[in-house]
Amino acid sequence: MTLTKILASGLLALAGIGASGAALASSGGAELQYFRADTGNLPSLQRGARDFMAYCSGCHGLKYLRYNRLAQDLQIPEELLKANLMFTSEKPGDTIVSALPKNAADWFGAQPPDLSLTARSRGAEWVYTYLQSFYLDPSRPLGVNNTVLPGASMPHVLWELQGLQAKVEHHGEAAAEGEHGAKPFELVQKGKLSPEEYKKFVGDLTNFLVYAAEPGRNHRIAFGWKVLAFLSVFFVLAYALKKEYWKDVH
Amino acid sequence: MAIVPNPYKTTGFLGWIDDRFPLTKLWKDHLSEYYAPKNFNFWYYFGSLALLVLVNQLITGIVLTMHYKPGAETAFDSVEYIMRDVPWGNIIRYMHSTGASAFFIVVFMHMYRGLLYGSYKKPRELIWVFGALIFLVLMAEAFCGYVLPWGNMSYWGAQVIISLFGTIPVIGPDVVIWVQGDYSPADATLNRLFSLHVIALPFVLVGLVVAHLIALHEVGSNNPDGVEIKKHKDKATGIPLDGIPFHPYYTVKDIVGVTVFLMIFAGIIFWAPDGGGYFLEKPNFTPASAINTPEHITPAWYFGSFYAILRATPPLFGSALPGVIAMFGAVLVIFFVPWLDRSPVKSIRYKGPLFKIALTLFTIAFIALSYYGMQPPSPLGKLVSQIGSVVYFLFFFLMPVYTKMDSYKTEPERVTHDAH
Repeated sequence: MTLTKILASGLLALAGIGASGAALASSGGAELQYFRADTGNLPSLQRGARDFMAYCSGCHGLKYLRYNRLAQDLQIPEELLKANLMFTSEKPGDTIVSALPKNAADWFGAQPPDLSLTARSRGAEWVYTYLQSFYLDPSRPLGVNNTVLPGASMPHVLWELQGLQAKVEHHGEAAAEGEHGAKPFELVQKGKLSPEEYKKFVGDLTNFLVYAAEPGRNHRIAFGWKVLAFLSVFFVLAYALKKEYWKDVH
Repeated sequence: MAIVPNPYKTTGFLGWIDDRFPLTKLWKDHLSEYYAPKNFNFWYYFGSLALLVLVNQLITGIVLTMHYKPGAETAFDSVEYIMRDVPWGNIIRYMHSTGASAFFIVVFMHMYRGLLYGSYKKPRELIWVFGALIFLVLMAEAFCGYVLPWGNMSYWGAQVIISLFGTIPVIGPDVVIWVQGDYSPADATLNRLFSLHVIALPFVLVGLVVAHLIALHEVGSNNPDGVEIKKHKDKATGIPLDGIPFHPYYTVKDIVGVTVFLMIFAGIIFWAPDGGGYFLEKPNFTPASAINTPEHITPAWYFGSFYAILRATPPLFGSALPGVIAMFGAVLVIFFVPWLDRSPVKSIRYKGPLFKIALTLFTIAFIALSYYGMQPPSPLGKLVSQIGSVVYFLFFFLMPVYTKMDSYKTEPERVTHDAH
């Protein structure tokens, strides 16, 4: 069986290469913050859904996600769903589309993108960092810019919560030593939430977008355990069967 | 020699069938009385695994085709529909997309086994040639399938690969338009690739696999010692002394291999279906866009080595034609291995140091090429790819020389096998 182990370790190594490669996603040169999604955390997903509907859904849709799928997966009763989360549609079977007209690009310079798959196309860490990286920049039409997506046409919708921050320019030694650990921003106007609360808020939102990008994620992982359990038992039987037959091969 | 109906004189219902169709004969010829060497090792799992993955691709592919809607306006949405609204659709889709990568891992190991033990040498040249054809068709099949989700990497991947035809002198640009059915990859392109992916290429693939197996069963399997088990047969029965019936011995053994494979396969499907961005690339979660180029257009990992050879080859008069020739040459040269190897023995166990060094260098070159083929262009990557490409081709081109100069150990008369 040693050679089988070699194969297994080889494949795991391959998966490892994949994992390290994923960190190279485009981020406008800004360092992405560590974020590990936990779509098993229902309260976090529910908060994320509420906050998405309150702050994001005015402009951004989740056109591949249905309201009732969301309610089912996040265990939200239909009355609560209709009363608190459904602003643009009447039917729970509808997908979540934004209320913005097609010509919204005229207002912002770009049509706000649908966010159904953003957590998969950009990565959860990108979303997590992006929402924390708006800073004051008078040269931009809306007065804010973003280090993760320089020149972003999105206004800082969450400024009331986060407050407003300015970019800290690192000169001389600090810059030479690299910006690891050095804070890229400083808060110039406090928001309703403390920096820790805001981080948590963004974490819930990111978690929800990871869910929205793949609603089947939890089921897939849960089912995977069952498949592996079955295969483990099957392996023992298959190996015993092989041993039994091969006894007479000399 | 005339065909004798029901040579085994079966009776009853089976006899009724055997009088009309060689069911018992096929069963015996290919399974219960197909004698395989008893000393198969780890490397011999990959043939049956390739068959397993092929069946996986066919079955999951049939289900996906029931829900997928080819067309530039519908393809991307229909894939998300499969991922979200079709019951078990996400698992089926992951089985198919991960299956494509698994197919190449398994086939690479299977081909490498052939190189290790000289499985291509006389009388198995045609098995190897059919196998190389399978590899070629598999690459075409994988490319077509890669385009179908019509994500942004699908689109730009199609753009890059189809534009290779544009390097053909004089008629190139017209060929590109003819192949695409448009001036850029578009609805027409997607639909014809869909047709090739679900009908033409699988048809050819299955036919070649059947030919590969018929040729194998005609001459019998090679083994890690590279000695012919048919040289020593039982005087009374005519059964090779070192042979055991494929069924039940190798069927029960392969079931163990299949189970281990499925555990690894399930591990990827259920916990890392995008393979960290290598099995399902991030840009492919955004719809195809002709105006939004992904930061790095990289091929699927299994094309990395060939893509690296393409990029490493210097252009001639501003044309990438030499690179395209080198890339296709890298696949075509595989066909000639049976006639390039001049060594008197088959297995690496009895080959000399020259072959071992050559194969080691080839292995390193192939892995390095695969890696740098997936990376954005860099001076180091280019240098490594150029050295790797030279090593890749020299492994084949110099094979007649070093296999002739090499020293060899004497092969044993019988296979070496420890009962366990």
